[in-house]
Formats: sequence, structure tokens, C-alpha cells
Amino acid sequence: MGKSVLIDLTRCTGCRACQVSCKQWNERVARKTELNGNFTNPPEMSSDCYTRIKFIEHEKNGKPVWSFVKDQCLHCKEPACVSVCPVGALEKSKEGPVKYSYDKCIGCRYCMVACPFHIPKYEWEKVLPWVQKCSFCSERINDGMEPACVKVCPTDTMFYGEQNVVMAEAQKRIKENPGKYVNHIYGKDEAGGTAWMYISGVPFEELGFRMNIPKQSLPAYTWASLSTIPGKALGIVAGLVAIAYFRNRGNSEEDK
Amino acid sequence: MAAQENKNIQLMSGGGKVLLALVGLFGVAALYRLATGLGAATNLNDDYPWGLWIAMDVMAGVALAAGGFAIAAAVYIFNMKKYKPIVRPAILTAYFGYLLVAVGIFFDIGKPHTLWHPLFMWQPHSVMFEVVMCVVMYLAVLTFEFAPTFFEGTGRKDLAEKLHSRPVLFFLVIAGITLSFFHQSSLGGLFLLMPSKLHHLWWTTLLPYNFYISAIAAGLAMVSFETVLAAKIFKHDQEKEILQGLATGTAVTLLIYLVMRLGDIVAKGNLGLAFEGSTASMLFLLEIVGGAIVPMILLAIPAIKKSIPALFITQLLVILGVVMNRFSVTFLAQGGGNSTYFPSFVEISITVGLIALLMFLYRASVIKLPVFSHAKTEK
Repeated sequence: MGKSVLIDLTRCTGCRACQVSCKQWNERVARKTELNGNFTNPPEMSSDCYTRIKFIEHEKNGKPVWSFVKDQCLHCKEPACVSVCPVGALEKSKEGPVKYSYDKCIGCRYCMVACPFHIPKYEWEKVLPWVQKCSFCSERINDGMEPACVKVCPTDTMFYGEQNVVMAEAQKRIKENPGKYVNHIYGKDEAGGTAWMYISGVPFEELGFRMNIPKQSLPAYTWASLSTIPGKALGIVAGLVAIAYFRNRGNSEEDK
Repeated sequence: MAAQENKNIQLMSGGGKVLLALVGLFGVAALYRLATGLGAATNLNDDYPWGLWIAMDVMAGVALAAGGFAIAAAVYIFNMKKYKPIVRPAILTAYFGYLLVAVGIFFDIGKPHTLWHPLFMWQPHSVMFEVVMCVVMYLAVLTFEFAPTFFEGTGRKDLAEKLHSRPVLFFLVIAGITLSFFHQSSLGGLFLLMPSKLHHLWWTTLLPYNFYISAIAAGLAMVSFETVLAAKIFKHDQEKEILQGLATGTAVTLLIYLVMRLGDIVAKGNLGLAFEGSTASMLFLLEIVGGAIVPMILLAIPAIKKSIPALFITQLLVILGVVMNRFSVTFLAQGGGNSTYFPSFVEISITVGLIALLMFLYRASVIKLPVFSHAKTEK
């Protein structure tokens, strides 16, 4: 079944402890940033920043409020990045994480282009760069621990467990707290379902979530085309041989 | 057979020197890219991981090299003997074109020394894996298709004859057409799983077919373009009949393309998107009207067909239209963050230098090898 995480956005206070613990556990360097009129910091995800809290200012009941949204890889059940990688450097493990093989990657960056959530980032400053993204702390998970960000969160914003348990918890919270949540589990159907899911008190579109993600497996779009190759190849070769035979009847060898 | 009708043209005349200078610039830029990495050498970023090299050297380059298989199909499969004189130039362009695509990819991937990985680390669910395999195999096919010209020119006529025997020839041509269908269409297939990223004036499940048909149009246009240019530069007569035939071919291909592409957009109720006034809608209108509808109509007008300059310019429109299509697909599928992209000097130098290298190799081959003279002596 695999592990899953529910992010309950109504609980997040924007303390960014998850950002710090993620950097420490994964040994990513900090980058110097500047005030830019927005409290989201760093302003962009990068190869050194696997997760961060977005500070979103909006209005609720006529009053300005802040909402906090944690960004990280959603670890799709059928990941676009895994399907597009020409060398199989990305892999969906049965425990849940989408894992990356440093020694296979050639650096084509198709995963970055294909990801519907714009997650994989590149080490542009290196001569021989790698792709970087949240690993769902796969080593910690394999050792029976929870991910670093989940572990450190002081408000229990993240609920970690087996996929079916997490899904049941999301549904329970929405059902038992009428009016508190919008009736949408982001990640239940998006891109065919993701291991990391969100529930929110504010409509997801107001929080900058991408709402046009197909509610089906993305690799299925490709496979519908790729799986027809053997048949098409046979058809094309047979067709060409037939046409060539009929169009070239009576030609002598010198005609070639 | 190896009639050196181009003996009077010097390889190192003015044009040749300019091309070599640009190739030199490519060499310097290429070393800089290898030494410093993508971040320092290019303007690529996390919002635009794919830039000029993918859009021009790969997406557009492969489409423009489609003339190789299209002309081979016309001559050897459909037995249209009229086009025989341009088989060799078309195959030559395709061969050098694909070699340069491979060189372009070498510099584009983050770890050039791992370029060989896809050949051994198979991943059949990846369209890119399929493209790589098809391109590698097609390069092999093109090498054998080009080899007779090379052997004839270097005095190994016996080898040329062997490679040109009927069974070998048909095997190569059929393999080439089949491989071309798959990788040409699969370059569009790369974007099939991005319905939420690529604008719906381009995204459709028919993307592979749109890419395939438009590549044929671009390939035929490119062959016409270089046939006219080569006749001018190497001072032989313009092949009027061939050019007119190619014009008809391009027009018919464009018609099929437009019916399929616009029909699909209309059927999905997306035609309104073309008139929403956004940058994407403008790009779409320019590409479809200027690069497909207008040239299709022009190529059907007898007066245009009779004029070599008019044909030349109209086919150039077709080329530009298809190049624009590949750029729009590549770049509109990306973005969405705060960063923008415009190619760096190094990126432009490598792309321009590669095109110069292609032109120089073409020039050298036409001067030294029986590329054009081959068919002429048969007449």
C-alpha cells in the first residue's frame, strides 16, 4: 500500500520548522535571500530547498488573513517523472517515495518539464549537476521513522501513516467538522492520486493550487500511444512492402 | 560516375571561410559549456529547463531533416522516378542533420559523458527513450544510405554497388521510413502527458500525428529550399519540374495537416482560444495562417509554381511555420514560475555554429562527392 501524508492546512502556523529540519536532515545549504514584499522565504524552491512554507495573503469574511501552504514533492501514485525518464533514474517505491538514482541520471531534465506540480529542480550551478527533490525521507521511512518535516512539526499539521489510514483520516476530519474544511481532498484524484494530500479551510484555488491537473494517471496518456508501437510498426512495414511491390513491378535492376 | 562538375568551386572560398569561422565560435562555446556547466553557460532555469538547444537543434532540426525519408519513400517505395536527382542531397541533409542533433543533445544534457546510458538502461515507458533508440537506429540507416555516395566519390565503386543492391536498398529505405514515423511523431508524444501544462491550441492526443505530418511538410519544404540554393551556388540549372512537384507535395501535406489540426481544435470546442488575444493565441494564428494556410494557397497557384523565387519564399514560410510550431510547443509547455528565458550568447553560438557546421559539411560533400552529378549522368 505504501506510506502517505495528510497536510491539514488549518493547523499550520507558518513556523517553518519543517523547512529547517528538511535542510538539516538532507544536508542542503542555505541560500541568502532578501526581503521582497512577501514572507515566503526562500522565494523559489530550488535544488537546495525540497520544502518550504508559502505565505499567502488573502481575504476571509472581509478581513485580511494569512494562509500557509507547505510545498514539496507529492509522490504521485503513478508519477509523470518516473514514466518519462529515459534511463529509469526515477522510481516509485512500494513504500511510497519517488526515489532518484544519481548514477543513472543523464540530465535531460524531462522530469522537470513533465511534472504537473513543477517539483524537480536542477543543480544549475554545478558542472555535473543532479536533479533534486523531496525524497519523502525514504531512508528514515525504511528504518521505521517518520519524515523529518513530519517529526518536527509542533502543531501536527502533517498526519503520517499507511495510505488507507491517512485517507480515512482525511475523510473523517472533513465529515466530523462541518464548515471547517472545503469538501476536497487535494491529491485524492489529482494526477491519478498522490501520496501527499491536503485538506484546507480555504478553497484550494485561492491558495495557488493548480486546479487543472487531470484526475487520472498522467503516464496513461503516453502509454496509450507507446503501447501501439509494435502493431503500428508491423502495419507500416507491411504497407510499405506492399506499395513498393506494386509500384515497382516490371522494373529492371538497372532502374534502381 | 564521379564527375567532378563542381571542381571550379573552391571549398575555401568566401562562404566556406565564414562558415568555418562560425564553426570555430561553436568550438569555443562548446568547450566553455563543458568546462563550466549548464548554469554558467546557458540561461536555462528551473522554470525553463529546456531552451534553444532542445527547441531548435532537436525539435526543429529533426523535423527539417524529414526530407530524407520522404524523398526516399517517393522514389523507392512509390516509384516516382522524377525525384531521383534529389534523393542524394535529401539523404545527405538528413544524415548531417541527425548527426548534429546527436551533437546538440550531447551538449544539452547535464552529464554529456552519460549520453550512452539510454542504450543500456532501458525504460520502455518513456517517449524519450523511444526517440533516442529510433534516432540511433535511423543514424545507422542513414550512414548506410549515404555510404554509396562516399564510396563512389573516393573510388570504391565496388563497395558502392554492393550497398546499392536492391534488397539492401529496400531494407534501408523501409527501415528509415518506419523509424522516422516513430521518432518524428514521438517528439510530439513527449508532451502527451502535459495537458495541464501545454496550451490547448497545441495539446491534443493527436500531437504525435500533428508532429509527423508537419515534419513531412517541413522536410519537403527544406528539400526545395536547398535544391534552389544549391543550383544557385553550384551554378547548375534549376530543377523546375522537381520543384513544382515538391510544391504540390507540400501543399497537399499542409492541407492534410490543417484539416487534422484545425478539425481537432474545432471538434473539442477550443477554437475560441485562438481569438482570446493572449500571446499564445497570437503565436497560434501566426503559425497557422502565416506558416500553413497562406503557403498552402500560394503553392497551389500556377503563377507561383512557375517562379523559382516565389517558390523559394513560399517554402521558406512553411519551414518557418513548422519551426515556430516546435518552439511554441517546447516553450509554452514550460514556465509558470517567476523566471523568464532568453538564450545566452553561448547557447546561440552553439546552435548557430552547429548549423554552420552542417552547411559546411554539406558544401564539402557536394564539392567532393557525386551528390548532384550522380543522377545527372544517368539521364
